[in-house]
Amino acid sequence: MSHLLIAPVVLPAVVAPLIVMVMRHHLSLARIFSVASTVFLAAISIALMVQAADGTIQVYELGNWPAPFGIVLVLDRLSALMITLTSLLGLAVVLYAIGSGWDARGRHFHALLQFQLMGILGAFLTGDAFNLFVFFEVLLIASYGLMIHGGGTVRLQAGVQYVVYNLLGSTLFLFALGTIYAVTGTLNMADIALRVAEIPAEDTALLRVGALLLLLVFAIKAAVLPLHFWLPASYANAPLPVAALFAIMTKVGAYSILRMYTLAFGPEVEATAGLAGDWLLPAAMLTLAAGAIGVLGSREIGRLVAFGAIASMGTLLIAIALFTPQAAAAALYYTVHSTLATAMLFLVADQVMERRGGAIKASAPMAQSGLISALFFAGAIAMAGMPPLSGFLGKLLVLDAARDADLMVWIWAVILGGSLVTIVGFARAGTEVFWKSHDASLAATPEEEDTDSEEEAPAPVAALPFVAIFALMGGLVLLTVFAGPMMGYAEATAAQLFDPSAYIETVLGRTE
Amino acid sequence: MELLLASAVGLMTACGVYLILRRRTFPVILGLSLVTYAVNVFLFATGRLAVGAPPVLNKYAEVAYTDPLPQALVLTAIVISFGMTAVVVMIALGAFLSSRSDNINMVEAADGAGDDA
Repeated sequence: MSHLLIAPVVLPAVVAPLIVMVMRHHLSLARIFSVASTVFLAAISIALMVQAADGTIQVYELGNWPAPFGIVLVLDRLSALMITLTSLLGLAVVLYAIGSGWDARGRHFHALLQFQLMGILGAFLTGDAFNLFVFFEVLLIASYGLMIHGGGTVRLQAGVQYVVYNLLGSTLFLFALGTIYAVTGTLNMADIALRVAEIPAEDTALLRVGALLLLLVFAIKAAVLPLHFWLPASYANAPLPVAALFAIMTKVGAYSILRMYTLAFGPEVEATAGLAGDWLLPAAMLTLAAGAIGVLGSREIGRLVAFGAIASMGTLLIAIALFTPQAAAAALYYTVHSTLATAMLFLVADQVMERRGGAIKASAPMAQSGLISALFFAGAIAMAGMPPLSGFLGKLLVLDAARDADLMVWIWAVILGGSLVTIVGFARAGTEVFWKSHDASLAATPEEEDTDSEEEAPAPVAALPFVAIFALMGGLVLLTVFAGPMMGYAEATAAQLFDPSAYIETVLGRTE
Repeated sequence: MELLLASAVGLMTACGVYLILRRRTFPVILGLSLVTYAVNVFLFATGRLAVGAPPVLNKYAEVAYTDPLPQALVLTAIVISFGMTAVVVMIALGAFLSSRSDNINMVEAADGAGDDA
């Protein structure tokens, strides 16, 4: 039993209180510790991913209690991929927040960020359904703090809505877990899988209720259409670097759907067969459509990206809802892409907001307009799924995986139509923000005073924000160039997901 | 007893949902508290109802016992919902003090942030 497996949870859990209690008045010290912790997290995650890449499943029994009785952390390919993605994204966001001075605009940014990372990483690693709830709460309570970081009336009002919505979601989660526990008598995911398979088909009404409630909860997190109302207002009004980190939070919902509905309520369990797919697929298509239309209709750049995020969640969930190994592999590839692209666009949007405000309308040209518009262009291409970057490959894979589906015509129509509308929406926004600024006969602040030191915002290291943005974009480029190895990993992951026997045996069998 | 418990959970949830759908922050928070009480009682009942039974096995005697796990879950759920309620009260108070309005909707239309949220 390697103790490295619990390090992604323990490290931020130790660093965060340390930052709060010891260095709350020393911003620079907090920055150093936060960056160091995140770098270590990234290193640990990559080490774990290397270990998981050969298909071994590792189990960490907390307190050495054996599996169905104690809580376990489980590392398989899917968890390893998600924690690596999270910690790399966390690193980019930390660097950006330091570089742009966002972390100095309120208290305890770094502590909250570390707690947030702890919750997300724990949610990806845990093998226990109630523990998943606890980690959800950890990441949510940290996200409440991050969401209202910096204060301001509108942000606080949006924060109230966000908190209320998610509290309701948490309550639903508890109802779902209670129902499932009442039926199966266990909360360990692998054990649930065994018990669910044993229940006679005529006694499964309550189980189906529980499974569907659980799907509802994860759909709230993943911002699936009828439950997506929390996302645009909270993402657009949160500090945008925080919104970039939140890009992984919707993926937690998608991950949980993928995990629970392949492991416990899988396609081969007749009691709950098709339950998730039947409901999720139409909802996902509507999500994509609503996101694309939202992109077209946004009047503010934060909302533009937030709706882009909803659209990409729609594409991702279409792939997940097909519940075939090929589609799951496409979904995993698209998860990585969508996280990086969403985060990058949020960071670029923050640069725009800092310089000229968020409204999508012509105004005076801003400093470093060329660089920022080029980055926005690249991000928009990735987000909309146009050829040079990985969004195109991701959408192609999803389309290919949907070729044998019953609703193939609809899926293709929605994805392709949604892409077109998204392209138009981003093109409109880009034109308004970046091109028309030069036409507008507004106050002349021409390009030559491009010193970017006249910002009123505290910008201690002006290059650092761009380092973070370019790192995310580099991630997208790498994802495109190394699409082959990445797809190989994704396919192996999907194969592992759709053959849960190894997972169940490793968790419940007495390993080591 | 089952009927009493079930109707209590149902009634509390119904009242909670009604209050959550109100337009001002205070009833919404009250509603959230009611729903969390309901879910706590519900969780308690998932281990079957037993009166006067200890939550431990007795290996020397054949006695009735009650499932200890839901009790642990309820304890966790209570702590979490307590903390969350405190957080939402503080945030709502901050929003009320800075906007002088405890309307749950965002009223300003400057950046269109309140239209569908």
